[in-house]
Amino acid sequence: MNLEKVVFAFFIILAATLNFGFVIGEIDNPLHHHVWEFFAAFVVNVVATVLKFGDRTQVGATHLATSLVALLQLAAAALIWTLAPTGPDGTIAPETMTSIVSLSAGALLANVVSVVILIVETTLQRR
Amino acid sequence: MNDAALVALRRLRAPIVLLVLVFAVGIVGLVLIPGTDAAGQPWRMTIFDALYFMSYTASTIGFGEIPQAFNTAQRVWVTLIIYASVIGWAYLVANLLTLAQDRAFRTVLEAGRFRRQVRALREPFYVICGFGETGALVGRALDTLGIRFVAIDISEARIQELDLFDLAQDAPAMIGNARDPENLVAAGMTRPQCRGVLTLTNDDQANLAVAISVRLLNPSVPVLARSMSRDASANMASFGADHVVNPFAKFGEYLAIAIRSPGSHRLMSWLTGLPGTTLEPETAPPRGHWIVCGYGRFGSEVVQAFRGQGLDVTIIDPDELDLGELRLVRGLGTDAATLERAGVRGAVGIVAGTDDDVVNLAIAVTAREARPGIFTIVRQNLRTNRALLEAYDADITMVSSEIIAHECLALLQTPLLGRFLETVKGKDDAWADRVIERLQAVIGVDVPDAWRVAMDAVDAPACCDALGRDDYPVTLADLCRDTTDRDRRLECVPLLLLRGTDSLVLPDETMRLQLGDEVLFAGRPAARRAQRPVLRNVNVRDYVVRGIDVPGGWIWQRFTHTTR
Repeated sequence: MNLEKVVFAFFIILAATLNFGFVIGEIDNPLHHHVWEFFAAFVVNVVATVLKFGDRTQVGATHLATSLVALLQLAAAALIWTLAPTGPDGTIAPETMTSIVSLSAGALLANVVSVVILIVETTLQRR
Repeated sequence: MNDAALVALRRLRAPIVLLVLVFAVGIVGLVLIPGTDAAGQPWRMTIFDALYFMSYTASTIGFGEIPQAFNTAQRVWVTLIIYASVIGWAYLVANLLTLAQDRAFRTVLEAGRFRRQVRALREPFYVICGFGETGALVGRALDTLGIRFVAIDISEARIQELDLFDLAQDAPAMIGNARDPENLVAAGMTRPQCRGVLTLTNDDQANLAVAISVRLLNPSVPVLARSMSRDASANMASFGADHVVNPFAKFGEYLAIAIRSPGSHRLMSWLTGLPGTTLEPETAPPRGHWIVCGYGRFGSEVVQAFRGQGLDVTIIDPDELDLGELRLVRGLGTDAATLERAGVRGAVGIVAGTDDDVVNLAIAVTAREARPGIFTIVRQNLRTNRALLEAYDADITMVSSEIIAHECLALLQTPLLGRFLETVKGKDDAWADRVIERLQAVIGVDVPDAWRVAMDAVDAPACCDALGRDDYPVTLADLCRDTTDRDRRLECVPLLLLRGTDSLVLPDETMRLQLGDEVLFAGRPAARRAQRPVLRNVNVRDYVVRGIDVPGGWIWQRFTHTTR
């Protein structure tokens, strides 16, 4: 067992699971989508992207590409969350929530691709 | 993404991840710890506020714009994250510095830069493998002629020296073994702009390896290889090197020419001289009894040259050699006794040809003492000993690197020059002296440029057009006229005219040119530039050849009733 591989797989899967946890629920209901879960998904995605830096292989390049896509989508969602007008008590309008969650759902798809690549890569290795 | 960026990112993974985590923890803390606003009401940062605060604090910018003053709990947390983030940054910076000094990383960086430079070369260029004394000499000469080159050498010091050369154009250089075909490809050997590969290392095996790789990977590119022995030369020639230069054999050949026809020798060394040098006075090795000290790769070639000219030779060598009819005296030749035994008093000349410069000088000095006025030929092995040999002032100093450089220049400038030199080899002294006189009257004593002009649609479209008409004679002299004043002569002389399979040496300048003729000119670089418009521009051609300023436009032609 290789610790580097464990850490690598851990972050990729964690990025996908956190993203999934955030996205699941009614799309426009702010109660179903917690800001901390979004924050965690974002940070873990950044870490996963950094871990993918510098791999020269074709698989490595695809890995990095999926992470960059996920990060881009999440960054867009974060921007909306920061800039969108809130209600007097800090509540978020359902329309805003809808865009945030749909963008995050896109990121989730990229993360799922990343996990699939990880699994395929692992099964292709004989050891 | 290039290789260097990939390596950098991989090496910096750990510090970047650490920084991301420090930021994340810091943001979580800042958002969770409740603050107090001016009115004493509880207040919380949003995630974005916290990120903003972290960004300017952790990067030590310290912007100081905070929505509300912090309370004690927040300050405790901020103190902690400041330390954590400073450590994170320090770690990243330390890693960056290590990376910048890392040898492997710098090699990758330099290789990337080299490749980009080679890719950016849009003009024809040569690849020089081995940038020692010889390579450097050839490189400099090419630069003076305005020809680009790429250098590969195994020694880092030599490549660094290239930076100090003060060349007119940048020469991409790479530290690497030229035997490695990948390095040759990186140096642009397979690119269409590559005009040739010069392999000039002091290792015959390496030169052979380069010749083979070029032959296999890009058969259309000519290879010029240096070799130090006849065996290696034969080997390289059979493996497809187009030109093999053995400095010892070349010297022997030139020595034989110098003995037979000193003028031809003088003319040849002038035409192939390094740019910036001038016509040397004639050195004629006298006929008579010669002594050759050191019978190695060099000595044997020299002896062969002397024997070929029917001269009497005595050899001095420390080893017992089986030389047949030649007389051998055992010893170094540095002491008077040995030289006496070899008959120095009756000798006309001595060759100091061992592979040790100090020994060679000692031989030459002793010989001059024993017989003042003796003709001395001294072999110089290392360029660093140049001052010593200049101080001694031998009649001929043999420097391998210069011989190879001369040969390269003769072959690279234009193949026609090589053809002309072949003819010169067979001519007698009086002929050569006349040629030198004629050239010197027009060109002066500086080493001339040599160039080829072909009467075809590509090289000379304007002349080509005129040559197709019977009523428009163009002579060789017309190509030597100044474009601003046709009665002034350009500083150039036609050396050779090629018509079909015939070649005319020093053609009569009143001769009419025909389509398909090829002419070799020697002259000043300025003359070469000035000649170009005559070949390409019809108006300039009309003025230079016919002496009339034909108006260029149709209306003016109508108006003045002139036609071309």
